[in-house]
Amino acid sequence: MSSHDLLDIVRRDPRAEWIARNRLHPLHGTLVDDDAAEVRGPSGLLRKYPHRVGFIGPNGIKRIDRLKGNAAASGKGRRSAAQEVQLPLHRVENPDFYIVVVADMVGGRLTGHDKDVLGQAHKLAAGIEGAGAVLTVGFGSAKEEHFDTAGVDRLLVLDDDIYEGYCPEQRLAALLQVENEYQPRHWLFPDSVNGGTDLGSRLAARLHERPAVQAWQVDHQTAVCRGAGGTMDITRETPRLLMLAEECADQIDETRHEALPVTLTPVSVISQLQDQGPVAVDPNAVALAEAEFILSAGNGIHDWDQFHAAAAVLGATEGASRVAVDDGFMPRFRQVGATGTWVTARVYLAVGISGAIQHMQGIGQCDKVIAINTDAGCDMVKRASLSAIGDSEEILGELIKRVQAFRAQPSIEGDQDAA
Amino acid sequence: MQPNSSQKLKIVTLVSVGKHPQSGRVRRADQDSRAVELGLRLSADQADGLVVLHAGDPNEPSLRSYAGMGLTAINVLQLDPAADAVAPLGEQLHQSGADIVLTGVRAESGEGSGMLPYQLAEKLGWSIVPRVADIVSVKEGVAEVLQALPRGQRRAVKVRLPFIASIDTAAPMARQSAFGPAQRAAMTVTVVNAETDTLRQSWHEAVAKKRPKRLKVIKAKTAAERFKAATAKSQSEGGRIMKQESAGEQAQAILDLLVEEGVLR
Ligand SMILES: Cc1cc2nc3c(=O)[nH]c(=O)nc-3n(C[C@H](O)[C@H](O)[C@H](O)COP(=O)(O)OP(=O)(O)OC[C@H]3O[C@@H](n4cnc5c(N)ncnc54)[C@H](O)[C@@H]3O)c2cc1C
Repeated sequence: MSSHDLLDIVRRDPRAEWIARNRLHPLHGTLVDDDAAEVRGPSGLLRKYPHRVGFIGPNGIKRIDRLKGNAAASGKGRRSAAQEVQLPLHRVENPDFYIVVVADMVGGRLTGHDKDVLGQAHKLAAGIEGAGAVLTVGFGSAKEEHFDTAGVDRLLVLDDDIYEGYCPEQRLAALLQVENEYQPRHWLFPDSVNGGTDLGSRLAARLHERPAVQAWQVDHQTAVCRGAGGTMDITRETPRLLMLAEECADQIDETRHEALPVTLTPVSVISQLQDQGPVAVDPNAVALAEAEFILSAGNGIHDWDQFHAAAAVLGATEGASRVAVDDGFMPRFRQVGATGTWVTARVYLAVGISGAIQHMQGIGQCDKVIAINTDAGCDMVKRASLSAIGDSEEILGELIKRVQAFRAQPSIEGDQDAA
Repeated sequence: MQPNSSQKLKIVTLVSVGKHPQSGRVRRADQDSRAVELGLRLSADQADGLVVLHAGDPNEPSLRSYAGMGLTAINVLQLDPAADAVAPLGEQLHQSGADIVLTGVRAESGEGSGMLPYQLAEKLGWSIVPRVADIVSVKEGVAEVLQALPRGQRRAVKVRLPFIASIDTAAPMARQSAFGPAQRAAMTVTVVNAETDTLRQSWHEAVAKKRPKRLKVIKAKTAAERFKAATAKSQSEGGRIMKQESAGEQAQAILDLLVEEGVLR
């Protein structure tokens, strides 16, 4: 049906038409022009030929790919596909100004609050003329691996011994040194009980700045902050030093940053405050929702005396799954999960818990989950960073022994680790 | 709470006007009343050991509820409501020569920035210990205080006198306030002149709006990705699974992780 249109007499070839209609005819492909890009109907409408959509799969069945090619990686496994995504690199060569974020780095990692503040820093930098770099200052040894995707352009980690423990005066001296060397446009602190508020207030008092506290909506002109115990909104001009509330801005998730290490001239001060170290508190007196380290028991615990002994030796707060509570082995207020307590522990050690969704909801905010279970396929093992597959009694027994040995020689920690 | 009584401690507690978080009614501030409580306990064996100081309006009714905790007098620096209280308070503390100054962490009314103890400390050149839960002992000019940390933890800190401590809600609860003593307590008023807080006058204050909750935005390009994000169950994030190892090795790996995370104290 291709070259007849020049003649005024239209000659039809019934056989060719018949072959064209019959998709199963062996000559069908030669008559139908498959790669005609676009067919317009008489009224100009785009015509789609439904039979031409898709392709014939390996077993002769027609396949239509509605994923637009995005499913191609699925055969190789999810993890490799996730790693391929390379976010665009945000580079600041010669910064016109700096915005300094002093991160809490609880346990050596950026907290969610720190990341919110980093997001806010980039929002502020975008509002100011010129190219600004976000300089992140962290104290103590850093275990964080993803400074780049959190939005850190320049990184200053002060991990000398003098910065360990509670040393606000020493840290303040370092921040004053940063002030001298970088003259930051803004100082941002997370307004948190993990030290951000304390350091920020100290720096503000020293620099005679009037900080915005509990600021939750900030751009380069105005800042809205909570005052009067959270019952008032104060709208004011954005000051130089801000202490930001949680979720003040969206975290960085579409760019990668350089996280270039920078250095600082060492400073030291004579401290008026002496850190005498943490004081032992009864872990079971700490509210379950607040506890930092929870040892949780499920249906897989058979020796309850051993479990309580393990909790005492580890210094962990006790938790339980609903089954353990319903069976009467643990009090109701120890239940973790949807109908119990939503916990925020940094480390959650789940012994003999299968990981039902009602339980998983309760531990959604936990950083590190460790599972001890006989079943390697259960959901708790999928969630855990470390899983020990085996009998709970045996492993807990070994753990108690080893922790006691570890406690006996606290001075030679390094040797203990190697042993 | 066994202060060395051989030397007389001079303790000053700064109090402010509180505001009930739900009803908004004026009351004694929670942290400030705990600071008064701690001050009373520290100076239990000394007559008139505790000085309670307020900068503001002496006719403020909530001051009486502090007085009802067993105070004979409250010192009030009377100043204009729009004035900055830091300078006159610093002056007063400097003159009276206190050993320990107790305040709340953040005020329940006004700006509530929690900067006052820090500014005072900076002005006077004293140390500041924030979020104190208890003052354990004061010996030979050095106090041992317990700091309240998140997650119910405590830290012991030694600090040389004089110092300023801001009292956390983890400190012992304030005793009840009794009406009779509250009415009998004297208000010692000193009129002071202070500079007006001009910066604050340019601020706009309004009743707090509810903050929008952060939405979980799913940046998916295709329907299939969105579907997966909405329905996906937790899948393995590459955690380490120890199957073949002996119980001893497994326990050691768990111990190593606990040590690395620093939860084993
Ligand atoms: C409305 C509703 C609300 C609920 N709310 C909650 C809630 O808030 N919190 C909660 O926890 N549950 C809740 N549940 C119950 C939840 O669905 C599960 O039934 C429960 O969490 C299972 O507890 P478990 O993991 O301890 O027990 P199981 O599911 O019986 O799991 C026991 C696990 O222990 C392992 N195990 C057995 N023996 C050993 C051994 N010797 N050594 C090591 N491992 C061993 C097994 O392999 C298994 O994985 C709720 C249920 C409903 C219907």
